[in-house]
Amino acid sequence: MTALTVENLAKTFPLKKPLFGPAPPGVRAVRPMSFAVETGETLGVVGESGCGKSTLARMLVGLLEPSEGAIQIEGKALDNADPAEFGKLIQYVFQDPISSLNPRKTIRQIIEAPLKRLYNMPKSEREARISEIFASVNLREEFLERYPHEFSGGQAQRIGIARALAASPRIVILDEPVSALDVSVQAQVLNLLADLKAQFGLTYLFITHDLAVVEAVSDRIIVLYFGSVVEIGKAENIFATPRHPYTKLLADSAPVVGRPLSAPEQKGSELPDPLNPPPGCAFAGRCPRATDLCRAKVPALKQMGEDQLAACHHPIEG
Amino acid sequence: MTFLRLLFRNRLAAMGAVVLVAILILVLITPLLPLQNPDTTATADRFQKPFSDGHLLGTDHLGRDLLSRLLHGTRLSLAVGIAAAVIAATIGSAIGIVAGYFGGRIDNVIMRVVDMLMAFPYILLALAIVAALGPGLMNALIAVAAVNVPFFARNIRGITVGLAGREFIDAARLAGMGHTRIILTELLPNVLPVIIIAMSTTVGWMILETAGLSFLGLGSQPPQADLGSMLGEARSALISHPHTSVVPGIMIFLIVMSINLLGDGVRDALDPRLRSGALSRPLPTTLVDRQGDIPAATDDLLAIQNLQTQFHVGKRIYRAVGGVSLAVKPGECLGVIGESGSGKSVTALSVMGLVASPPGVITGGAVRFQGHDLIGARYETLRQKRGDRVAYIFQDPLSTLHPLYRVGRQLAEAIQSHHKVSSAEARTRAISLLKDVRIPNAESRVDNYPHEMSGGMRQRVGIAMALANEPDVIIADEPTTALDVTVQAQILSLLYDLRRDRGLAIIFITHDFGVVAQLCDRVAVMYAGRIVEEGPTDAVLEAPAHPYTKRLIACVPELGGGRRALAAIPGLPPVVDDLPPGCAFAPRCAKVQDACRTQEVTLAGAAPRAVRCLFPEEAL
Repeated sequence: MTALTVENLAKTFPLKKPLFGPAPPGVRAVRPMSFAVETGETLGVVGESGCGKSTLARMLVGLLEPSEGAIQIEGKALDNADPAEFGKLIQYVFQDPISSLNPRKTIRQIIEAPLKRLYNMPKSEREARISEIFASVNLREEFLERYPHEFSGGQAQRIGIARALAASPRIVILDEPVSALDVSVQAQVLNLLADLKAQFGLTYLFITHDLAVVEAVSDRIIVLYFGSVVEIGKAENIFATPRHPYTKLLADSAPVVGRPLSAPEQKGSELPDPLNPPPGCAFAGRCPRATDLCRAKVPALKQMGEDQLAACHHPIEG
Repeated sequence: MTFLRLLFRNRLAAMGAVVLVAILILVLITPLLPLQNPDTTATADRFQKPFSDGHLLGTDHLGRDLLSRLLHGTRLSLAVGIAAAVIAATIGSAIGIVAGYFGGRIDNVIMRVVDMLMAFPYILLALAIVAALGPGLMNALIAVAAVNVPFFARNIRGITVGLAGREFIDAARLAGMGHTRIILTELLPNVLPVIIIAMSTTVGWMILETAGLSFLGLGSQPPQADLGSMLGEARSALISHPHTSVVPGIMIFLIVMSINLLGDGVRDALDPRLRSGALSRPLPTTLVDRQGDIPAATDDLLAIQNLQTQFHVGKRIYRAVGGVSLAVKPGECLGVIGESGSGKSVTALSVMGLVASPPGVITGGAVRFQGHDLIGARYETLRQKRGDRVAYIFQDPLSTLHPLYRVGRQLAEAIQSHHKVSSAEARTRAISLLKDVRIPNAESRVDNYPHEMSGGMRQRVGIAMALANEPDVIIADEPTTALDVTVQAQILSLLYDLRRDRGLAIIFITHDFGVVAQLCDRVAVMYAGRIVEEGPTDAVLEAPAHPYTKRLIACVPELGGGRRALAAIPGLPPVVDDLPPGCAFAPRCAKVQDACRTQEVTLAGAAPRAVRCLFPEEAL
């Protein structure tokens, strides 16, 4: 079954209208994109800063209204941006665990909020549910009366996960959930997320810039560049046999033990300017395979190989 | 309790509190005191001097007892001032929170109205309000409150805008809270301290304003006494009978002074920025209080020898660096790996005495650059070497570059503070530096402000600045952690080339094994302020000897491994103010024995490798 379907979802941030003259066209943070996530799947979303991955996540949970397109959760359309309606179906785990917890509330008040507001649960039921959730994220119940600043990053992130789970969502959006954590703690949280997924039958959308992490936790991976999907493929293949030159550049740039240091990209290449986007493929300016076609026409996402799609006029042949 | 202790540590605030409490008690018990009726006139006894019979403070122009009028008047003035402050704070904060939370058009409309209110001279506005409503104490109160609403609205809006963008507000919306609930339960508790601070600093001002209106005859009406009207009535006898104006004048002075002193104290005690000491100026170099022997010189370019750096916070002593020895030779790259809190950054900052003091203190060891000890060196000696012989690259280029100066000017400054060169020369040099770090279009980029550049560009400027004076050693503290992988790859290859071409020695601090493997000749692994393992990079990565190193390497997912469960290290690193005896890693170690918990473990092994473990994974 399909847990999440996104059709032509796009977001354009309007720019301020100058005193004279017409308003500029606006920044297209997310260009129309479509994809689907199956129930129980982990879909990894990778991209560098400015590729639109956070904007996408915020639209999916209803914190930001899309400019175009539709979101369907388990076949049900969610067209109004009411976070409470989204909240029961889809929840969000934030990147910075400490700043996502209100410093002036106890952990109990924080975890209780979704139970009270989304489900109107009476007190006794809430208590039982909180104990259950806390047990599943391996936190001691004595933490409930403490305040967020008393916790380390890893513990705070588990509290953040507990809060997301309290809403009994079908889908959880994980926005860089481990990038603020130390490596020895990062693995604790990643393994916990894997256990919870199996236990509650969850579907994950895992957003990150860390290729190794996303490969280790995902079933499929979407690579974003400049607001567009450039490649979709199975986690085990996509970085080993990339079709899009950008995916290859990403894979070659990741520092790997035992691989000698080399700059995978020619010097002096510049990133595209969001205020003045190039007419064709956004990656053309950095791409070694770019031709005049790339600079003139935006490539569409095409099937390449068995279960890989890439948006490229001159894909790398596998 | 900590609040009260902090408050009373400030002597002036304590004095203000004492005076204010005394006045408050006095006015509260005024109705119970055996005072004359403040409004009974006795023209025969007019202008009696203070300390005359039956009139301790004398009488006014109608023969009314000044002491009685003073106490009753103070009572009224305080009540009106405080009431006005509470009303202004409530309305102003409500406006500010609503404007700041909703933002956009609502914010714009509300704040422009507030701006318009602010544009009027406050006394004119108050006069207009009183003129419209008619004179009287109640109307004066309304006027003073209305005049102060914009102050609160602007203040609180600023705070709210910052809070409304925080992630916990988003989280509350996802938890199904509505706007009203978010404002009341999420925002309000966080802005309340600011409201209280703003109120405590403005109450005195409002008392003064009410007195001003009464002085002009627009506040309390005769025969009712308040401090302002007493002053107003005494004005005509200012020269002939000064005591009638001096008495209420002194009272106003005492009240406003004590409230302001106390208010400043409250602000200092409550404001978290002041509490953490952020506004206290650090010394130009780290304090040095060395105990024990100073190690002898070696022939390394830069040698950190048994360095100990501590943070003294109150009674607690955090041993951030507990005896670290590292050395680099020209052209060598040393990697320092550790998790947050392992002391790797403090070690780096100690080299040039850049650890903030207070609370940082270097308590032992030496740092030798070309054989000369830098710890305890004179400030001028350190300043000459900082950025000239030993340069730093920091993690966040946005916070290390000055936002108000063009990057070219900042580069030129870095050169000119060490070498006498003309501005034109410095600029040429700045452009060639930007070319060295491969910034395209260096001639035009040199005039950019930091915010006009991308993160990768800014970090390249940071590296250019570090290279400006052709230093012998660069200390790079997580220089690529904040960058995207494609940019990181470019920066790493840049550093590699510089090192090869110029014979630079690099100390590279990171938490990423992949980066260390590609760039560094040797690596040192730190845990809880100490080096637990060191050796040539390949040897350490292939056959880690310390259980911590081995398990940390296992924690890092590597690209190409496919989907898998990841190894984790249970537990958390220890806090460095309460280190366990023996090995600091013992509580998390799977191979722990009793000896690990009791015995001091030394760094041992055959050069070039060493490990701090009683039961290492590999025999060295």
